[in-house]
Amino acid sequence: MARPVEQVKRASNQLHAAENKPGDISDAALVEMYRQMVMVRQFDRRCVALQRAGRMGTYPPCEGQEACQVGVANALRPQDFLFPTYRDSGAVMLHGVPMERLMLYWNGRPEGAVIPDDVNVFPMAVPIATQLPHAMGAAWAAKLRGVDQVALGLFGDGASSEGDFHVAMNFAGVFHVPAVFFCQNNQYAISVPLSRQTASETIAQKAQAYGFEGVRVDGCDVIAVYRAVKAAVEKAAQGGGPTLIEALTYRYGAHTTSDDPTKYRTAEETDTWRKRDPIPRLQEQLRAWGLWDDEQENACLTEADALVSSAIAAMEAAPTPPPEKMFDHIYKEPTAKLQRQRDELLAMLERRKQAELEQGAAARTEGGKQ
Amino acid sequence: MSRLTLVQAVQDALREAMRKDERIILLGEDIGKNGGVFRATDGLFEEFGEHRVIDTPLAESGIIGASVGLAVNGLRPIPEIQFMGFIYPAFEQMISHVARIRMRSQGRYSVPMVVRVPFGGRIRAPELHSESTETFFAHTPGLTVVAPSSPYDAKGLLLAATESEDPVVFLEPMRIYRAFREEVPEGWYTVPLGKAAVVKEGADVTVIAWGTMLRETLDVVSRVEAAQGVSIEVIDLRTLSPWDEDTVFESVVKTGRAVVVHEAVGQLGLGAEIAARISEECILQLEAPVARVSSFDVPTPLFAVEDLHAPTPERITAGIEKVLTF
Repeated sequence: MARPVEQVKRASNQLHAAENKPGDISDAALVEMYRQMVMVRQFDRRCVALQRAGRMGTYPPCEGQEACQVGVANALRPQDFLFPTYRDSGAVMLHGVPMERLMLYWNGRPEGAVIPDDVNVFPMAVPIATQLPHAMGAAWAAKLRGVDQVALGLFGDGASSEGDFHVAMNFAGVFHVPAVFFCQNNQYAISVPLSRQTASETIAQKAQAYGFEGVRVDGCDVIAVYRAVKAAVEKAAQGGGPTLIEALTYRYGAHTTSDDPTKYRTAEETDTWRKRDPIPRLQEQLRAWGLWDDEQENACLTEADALVSSAIAAMEAAPTPPPEKMFDHIYKEPTAKLQRQRDELLAMLERRKQAELEQGAAARTEGGKQ
Repeated sequence: MSRLTLVQAVQDALREAMRKDERIILLGEDIGKNGGVFRATDGLFEEFGEHRVIDTPLAESGIIGASVGLAVNGLRPIPEIQFMGFIYPAFEQMISHVARIRMRSQGRYSVPMVVRVPFGGRIRAPELHSESTETFFAHTPGLTVVAPSSPYDAKGLLLAATESEDPVVFLEPMRIYRAFREEVPEGWYTVPLGKAAVVKEGADVTVIAWGTMLRETLDVVSRVEAAQGVSIEVIDLRTLSPWDEDTVFESVVKTGRAVVVHEAVGQLGLGAEIAARISEECILQLEAPVARVSSFDVPTPLFAVEDLHAPTPERITAGIEKVLTF
């Protein structure tokens, strides 16, 4: 039975009270998840700042959702296949995509879209919910091929309104595939609140209609998220079929760097969710369990800052790729037409370069006369 | 060698491909025990079993969306869409993902799949069972769009499509699924993608067609040749995108005249692109503007009048005469 937000929060706080250190997660893993949340937040804030400074394109921030990003990524095994959305840079980098590549992507650079060969991450989906049938299909392939692999699709509350959500859940249930569908219910689809997406009490309960388990977790509690995803992954890997997980969370920032959330959300509401911030929350617990102190906190912040700064430096130093690369990877082999169009672009660029040289020479001559 | 209809040739190709490549699975609606609404997969469920010939829930975006996941994770899906008019729920998956995953991932991922789609009209079917909207897919970079016009080509092109590393939209002309038989070799052979066929040589005008229209055009052509004493070259485009410009241009340079015949509506139909490209590349050899004979620019009507919507022999004749007498 699904529970309302407040109940989930209370239950979760009780569970992780100082005296209740989790026995199923190692100290090192708890500390690592904390470090990762700090790093994801640094990455996120710096991307927003870079966008404001004109050094990055439109960016969809995930601040506030770090427990989801980190909990999901840690519960996946390397062979598991992640199908993210645009707001999942955190999970994407933690599943193996280098940070500077993500930054290049958000800076409009095609080479930023390249996922390393040994990393099982799909390109971030932009059209809403369309990644969910992909996750279902990848999980299906794993099952048909007899491979020990689970596919996890991330999506938001808004995506639960799309046809592809229904289609993916339905196919996953019918074919009993090793898939996990993880909904980051951050309460808003850009400006439209959850009450306009569904009249269901919860998103998790929709799983019942598809014939598999739906779970609701506190998405501000990385331990709860990690446990729920880990259990779902293990169940899937053992042939137990799909799981829908709904994590209650909130994005502190805008949908993307191009909207103003104060137009559609009250300060009071935002403050309420700020109090559930997953980062101070885990920090408090780590301190209570004797796993964290000021020195470690300072070192952690410095380390995250250094990592992000070096990724930014790498992104900004990366040479601009030749523009004719846009003709690559349309078909396996370039068509004759694309080769012609590529030559046309190169010839135009050459003429442009010549014109600029001539203008420069003319300007110098003009300058000489005066 | 045996004499097969076009739909039998499709089935033969599917069987051949599945025997050769274990990664190939078929998925779609009613393709299992029922053998497909056109029986294109008849017998395959029995031979290859329920894990390779899969009846899915009734959802085209699920069939294509799942095929994306299947294809990037090591399988070679051949999804069947029951009729072209039913592919639109999967349109987003086709355009936003199938066509551009290779580009979006800069080559890391590709989705080798053959999307089989019966297309064209005039089979006396209900509404939306008679569409020729190949332009939507031919307009989209990243997709290969193929339309055979004969049993021999159907098998050879389909086998070639299963070998392609790029996604192929395979349009099957359902009006001629069972219209005639042709010698079709047993075993594996391919007809290359991206290559048009000069099916009849001629000197005075080039007529370009594909799918259902090809044979109807050939009938008209032989009558016009007999009546007018002219010689007409006929090209079966076969691959609609990326299409074989070289073969078309070479022919038009020789004949100086061109007519495109298609069952799709005229506005922004593939004929518009072909006519534009001929104008760009062959203007000095052209003796007349390129003519297009297409369906009228109205949605495919109910079947009592659909024959008059599509190009009729009279309109194809008029198109050829128009360029001959310009």
